[in-house]
Amino acid sequence: MSTRLSKGGRLIDRTKPLSFTFNGRRMKGYHGDTLASALLGAGQTMVGRSFKYHRPRGVMASGAEEPNALVGLGQGGRFEPNQRTTTTELFEGAETISQNHWPSLEFDIGAINNKVARFLPAGFYYKTFMFPRFAWKHVFEPIVRQSAGLGKVPQHRDEDRYEYAYAFADVVIVGGGIAGIASALAAGRAGKRVWLIEQSAHWGGRAVVDGVQIDGQDAGDWVKNAIETLGKMANVTLRGRTMAAGLYDHGYLLAYERIADHTPGDGRPRHRLWRIRAGHVVTATGAIERPLSFAGNDIPGVMLASAVRDYVVNWGVSPGDRTVIVTNSDDAYRTALALLDAGLVVPAVIDARPEAKGELPEAVRARGVRVLAGHGIAKVKGGKEVTGVSVCIQAGEGAEIESIACDAVAMSGGWSPVVHLWSHCGGKLLWDEAQAMFRPDPKRPATGDDGAAMVTAVGAANGILTPHEILADAHRAAGGTGTAPGAVAAVEAPMQPVWIMPQGAGPALRMKMWLDPQNDVKVSDVQLAAREGYESVEHTKRYTTLGMATDQGKISNINGLAVLSDALSQAIPATGTTTFRPPYTPISMGAIAGEARGEIFQPLRRTPMHGWHETHGAHWEPVGQWRRAYCYLRSGEGVHDAVNREIRNTRNAVGLLDASTLGKIIVKGPDAGRFLDMLYTNLMSTLPVGKCRYGLMCTENGFLSDDGVVVRLTEDTWLCHTTTGGAERIHGWMEDWLQCEWWDWKVYTANVTEEYAQVAVAGPNARKLLEKLGGMDVSKEAFPAMEWREGTLGGFRARIYRISFSGELSYEVAVPASEGLAFWEALLKAGEALGVMPYGTEAMHIMRAEKGFIMIGDETDGTVIPQDLNLQWAISKKKDDYLGKRAQERKHMVDPDRWKLVGLETLDGSVIPDGAYAAAEGVNANGQRNMQGRVTSTYFSPTLGKGIAMGLVKRGPDRMGEVLDFPVDNGKVVKARIVDPVFFDKDGEKQNV
Amino acid sequence: MLTLECPYCGVKAEETELTAGGEAHLKRYGPGSSDEDFESYLFVRKNPKGVHFERWRHAYGCGKWFLAARCTATLEVFGTYPAQSKEPPAELQAKIRAKRPNWEGYR
Amino acid sequence: MGLKRYSVFAIVREAMSYHQGWERAWPWPKPKRKYDVVIVGAGGHGLATAYYLGKNFGITNVAIIEKGWLGGGNTGRNTTIIRSNYLQDPSAAIYEKARSLYETMSQDLNYNVMFSPRGLLMLGQTEHEVRGYKRTVYANNLQGVETRWIEPDEVKKLVPIINIAGPRYPVLGALYQARGGTARHDAVAWGYARACSAMGMDVIQQCEVTGVRSEGGRVKGIDTTKGAIDCDKLGLVVAGNSSVLAEMAGFRLPIESLALQALVSEPIKPCMDVVVMANTVHGYMSQSDKGEMVIGGGTDGFNNYTQRGSFHHIEETVRSLIETFPMLSRLKMLRQWGGIVDMTGDRSPILSKTPVEGVFVNCGWGTGGFKAIPGSGWAMAELMARGHSPLTEEFSMYRFREGKFIDESVAAGVAH
Repeated sequence: MSTRLSKGGRLIDRTKPLSFTFNGRRMKGYHGDTLASALLGAGQTMVGRSFKYHRPRGVMASGAEEPNALVGLGQGGRFEPNQRTTTTELFEGAETISQNHWPSLEFDIGAINNKVARFLPAGFYYKTFMFPRFAWKHVFEPIVRQSAGLGKVPQHRDEDRYEYAYAFADVVIVGGGIAGIASALAAGRAGKRVWLIEQSAHWGGRAVVDGVQIDGQDAGDWVKNAIETLGKMANVTLRGRTMAAGLYDHGYLLAYERIADHTPGDGRPRHRLWRIRAGHVVTATGAIERPLSFAGNDIPGVMLASAVRDYVVNWGVSPGDRTVIVTNSDDAYRTALALLDAGLVVPAVIDARPEAKGELPEAVRARGVRVLAGHGIAKVKGGKEVTGVSVCIQAGEGAEIESIACDAVAMSGGWSPVVHLWSHCGGKLLWDEAQAMFRPDPKRPATGDDGAAMVTAVGAANGILTPHEILADAHRAAGGTGTAPGAVAAVEAPMQPVWIMPQGAGPALRMKMWLDPQNDVKVSDVQLAAREGYESVEHTKRYTTLGMATDQGKISNINGLAVLSDALSQAIPATGTTTFRPPYTPISMGAIAGEARGEIFQPLRRTPMHGWHETHGAHWEPVGQWRRAYCYLRSGEGVHDAVNREIRNTRNAVGLLDASTLGKIIVKGPDAGRFLDMLYTNLMSTLPVGKCRYGLMCTENGFLSDDGVVVRLTEDTWLCHTTTGGAERIHGWMEDWLQCEWWDWKVYTANVTEEYAQVAVAGPNARKLLEKLGGMDVSKEAFPAMEWREGTLGGFRARIYRISFSGELSYEVAVPASEGLAFWEALLKAGEALGVMPYGTEAMHIMRAEKGFIMIGDETDGTVIPQDLNLQWAISKKKDDYLGKRAQERKHMVDPDRWKLVGLETLDGSVIPDGAYAAAEGVNANGQRNMQGRVTSTYFSPTLGKGIAMGLVKRGPDRMGEVLDFPVDNGKVVKARIVDPVFFDKDGEKQNV
Repeated sequence: MLTLECPYCGVKAEETELTAGGEAHLKRYGPGSSDEDFESYLFVRKNPKGVHFERWRHAYGCGKWFLAARCTATLEVFGTYPAQSKEPPAELQAKIRAKRPNWEGYR
Repeated sequence: MGLKRYSVFAIVREAMSYHQGWERAWPWPKPKRKYDVVIVGAGGHGLATAYYLGKNFGITNVAIIEKGWLGGGNTGRNTTIIRSNYLQDPSAAIYEKARSLYETMSQDLNYNVMFSPRGLLMLGQTEHEVRGYKRTVYANNLQGVETRWIEPDEVKKLVPIINIAGPRYPVLGALYQARGGTARHDAVAWGYARACSAMGMDVIQQCEVTGVRSEGGRVKGIDTTKGAIDCDKLGLVVAGNSSVLAEMAGFRLPIESLALQALVSEPIKPCMDVVVMANTVHGYMSQSDKGEMVIGGGTDGFNNYTQRGSFHHIEETVRSLIETFPMLSRLKMLRQWGGIVDMTGDRSPILSKTPVEGVFVNCGWGTGGFKAIPGSGWAMAELMARGHSPLTEEFSMYRFREGKFIDESVAAGVAH
């Protein structure tokens, strides 16, 4: 059983004990602990259950590669599942729970899967659960799904906040081990803007644990001094607890800083997502140790040899009293020495190589430890913890030679460089036969916007495992001049790849050799995949789920593809690797989302009168990024009542609409008229100064895209009104044509939408209201329809357009935005006796429908051409060309069978449901009921006291009076007659007064 | 996450400042053109896996449209130039040809 | 070649011999000199085309040529959503055909593709969107596609983790397709590949097409990295690379290749039993059988063949989904990836004859390809075997010339 040693632990502060809980049990750790070291220190070797077979799982690693030791951490709005204990710093009061078991960690019903594991090989679910057909949905899938997942579901809104930050650097060095530090020193001294980032809270990486000497100092001292030196350089930025999550094209490096994970609730943002543009990226990301594949290598207490060393040296934690070491290289002997130095027992080192005579093995032998060269582990004994190992000949089939009692196993299968960042943007790898590793191929790096390499790998990440050479490589790669730092470490004999232990293990043993301990993928599963033809490494991964767990295969991938290569009798590089995708380790969704949430999720545009609407019962409707009042609710009133009241009031007295959101674009210049003639379907160049004209714009594909009133302000200046949603789009559209097609035309455009507040004053009393404000002659004679005037109205600088979208006598008044609210209030005050009342967008919609006016977005949907809406009158016959004209000449566009605009009136006066389709006789070639039209706008008209609708109907205008069937909900059919779309005041008597 | 240099304001612009506008150097066909020509103008695209000439707007910068030569397979940017160009500048074409000897030309 | 059937009994039998007796799901054949039909692209659509050529028309002298590994393109990179609640008749027809074939696919192929008709919701979050979806419901009812509009309380019942009253975009209801859902994407490709092989077809992986040969406007065959192969008919079914293949055959397509990205969270216990699409904010999400939240968003705006997208799209998608599902904020993104999709001028696919006689093209599925696989294969097989198919009639590549578009964006939706 693991325990805390009485002394040692370079990272912990024994004077600062911390208490935390695991499954409700109170435990003690120290400042400087990770959750993993604290759990091990408290004797908790079993910390979770695996995904598929629910097997007991313990801590296996000491860093980002940990596949097993995941817990649920925190409470309420700070609960988070799947927290990796090896990279989570301990804090006072941390509450942790183990995962994936029921009812308890010790006794888990799901472990039944372990008993029947033989019947659940890789991909078994593809081969069964198919009969009877309903059973997958109703019986099997619910079972599969209920057993799915690892962590518990967060139930509350996140209590933390997150932020984005931006940085630019000449060089970003990723990894704060000795390689990264040496590179940073070299680049920093060369005067470059340098960032050095390290995912953990500590600098120095492996060298400080492994007793390396650098430039005559202990690595720990050298690191401390170097970091101090770097800290003093103004051009160098150091950031700990910052993980480079992904490298994207053109040097975009995403880094994830865990600011307050270890101090939750202290008010700081929890995470910060750095978006760094790097001139160059140096990956000094080190290497990850590989497990060995022997039976029972997943039992709690079996750990990576380097991790065992880390726990002893960094945190003063013993993984067990008696630790057997199994290895294929000299490096693991360092673990033996560390354990011995801590006063622990190493019953044996089992070395798969035929002989072990290097400096490190000899040092271990000299301390009285048995070294069993040419041997392997046949299997680990134990269930929820290790009780011993069965030793065999590595070259054999696994017959037990002797049994060694132990409570921990430290394994080392060699090292794999961390090549993720190198690979994210397409950097390629080569297979290093001698060290049995994929390492970056310097000839095929990821390239940047200039086509040159944008990443350089250094140190262990570059496949260099000896400290002296690591420092030289890191120094040189970062452009260092002079002598690189020098290091002294034990000389190591070559490693020997071992993919299966023992070499001749039969199927029974291979079914117990775990490759991916979280997802329960075993050697036998990969071999099965190969046997069944899933030969591509991607097929094998997907068929077996190898490497798809939360560690993304950091410890399992290379072992898995070596087994696959062996099964396919091909070389490892021929098999290749799966694609490395960001992020390196999982990053919080909260950090990805950043600050933009809740009220500031997206920008909100407000008209000058927004606040007034808000305090006067506005029922909001989002329109683009604006909010417009749908109607204004009075106390006790429903939405429908309010809309009807507003319409009746506007039709009988006078109403005010905040029309400020309408787009307003100034088009000016000698060629402005010519330009607008191309943009609009009708002629705008002939519009006299002082007049207004309704215009249509189409896409080059012929479809109606926007409409609005165009105003000629001066000889060379027009003002184009667009729809609320259209202002930015249309302005961009204009610029596109002016800059890219007709760049020699002399035209300027300006989007002045937000410069003006605009109010539609509509209703029989509209004129009286403006006259009451006074200052401008708004009489019928002085100010006819479709003209505009400028002046001072009630003391406000105003431009008035006499245009109507409601069918009423109507003036649209534009005033400077800053005076909008005052003007609005002045109108309300002046109009009190005239019955003035604001109306919202729905009243506007209904009134325009009563008049048969089309609405972009209702009558149009991107597939409708002006001709469909009987708007030929707004299409100039005199023009050779306008945007969309050629498109409208295509065969399908001139088809007489097109659906065209009509009015629709239900036979019973009811309102046809919005969007309903008119059915026709028979079915089409695909068995679908034929259709002949659809409803585009439908309302209850309070003016007429019945339902009215507009719709598009096949040859509609030729079929006046016909009755159509609209099948609606539950088999009901609404019958409606085709009528003229102008329902109210056909002759325009109300508006032309 | 691309960066493209805006030839007007000289800024090396972030992708988030830009909007993409599709293939460049398309000839507009209007009334009187054949159906095939009009289709080619509006819809048919070269869409090469390799050197692509394309339109971009520095939408959240100076607002100007410009053109870029970019490799769609490696995302290398060979250069940018003003939208008011009938064809890619000769020196840009020479640069591309030097880097991609098998390049078939911009047409 | 006959196949041993998969069943629970087979698993028990094989378990007794440590699963040493399983045979290959598909062989690794050398290409023959000539086939009746060659399909380029062993993704879902290509394999399904081959499968239905064999099953419905008895054409089995077929090779399916794949540059990489079968199912390695967009078939294995999508968010596995299956639905047919499309607005326009031709789309509804082919997607509903596909959806109905998914219902029995596991039995038809003797390979469990885990089709899970768990229900699919498209959230209405603006009045405009609500109207678009209601219109879709009416259209679907006439098209024979079962959908209905549901109110916010029913949405909440189906999706307990949803935030109905978002400050910006409250959920106003949803377009609900009860028989929409998901399937295991890889299994679809593998199941078809196994079934094609069982009919005697050759699935040839790691074989890149380098040229298309034709004579007098008629296809003769293809050149590949494994040699020349002759054929009477050639189907190009290579999403993402359609333009490249078309160029080899000597014509251009109304297509652009764009990157589309997706991501998954770390696995958590089941919490969402349906598929939810939120098109106003451009995000969609389901939970996989493994427990990961599978999330997709919008496409990049620029032509791209790299299978890598731009990170700001991921940010936008995640940000939007957190507004709708606040609990997401405490989960972690495990992995993100990209695929290359073909986009046509109207965002609808092309299943069509081409200017070269005997060459057929199936492409342009944009962001919506996976759900269409069986329907697309069914229709493409009919088109190739008979020269016409009611399902492909409207999807001709020449529709752009006539202005006869199939535009799905009109229902305020995006065509994922």
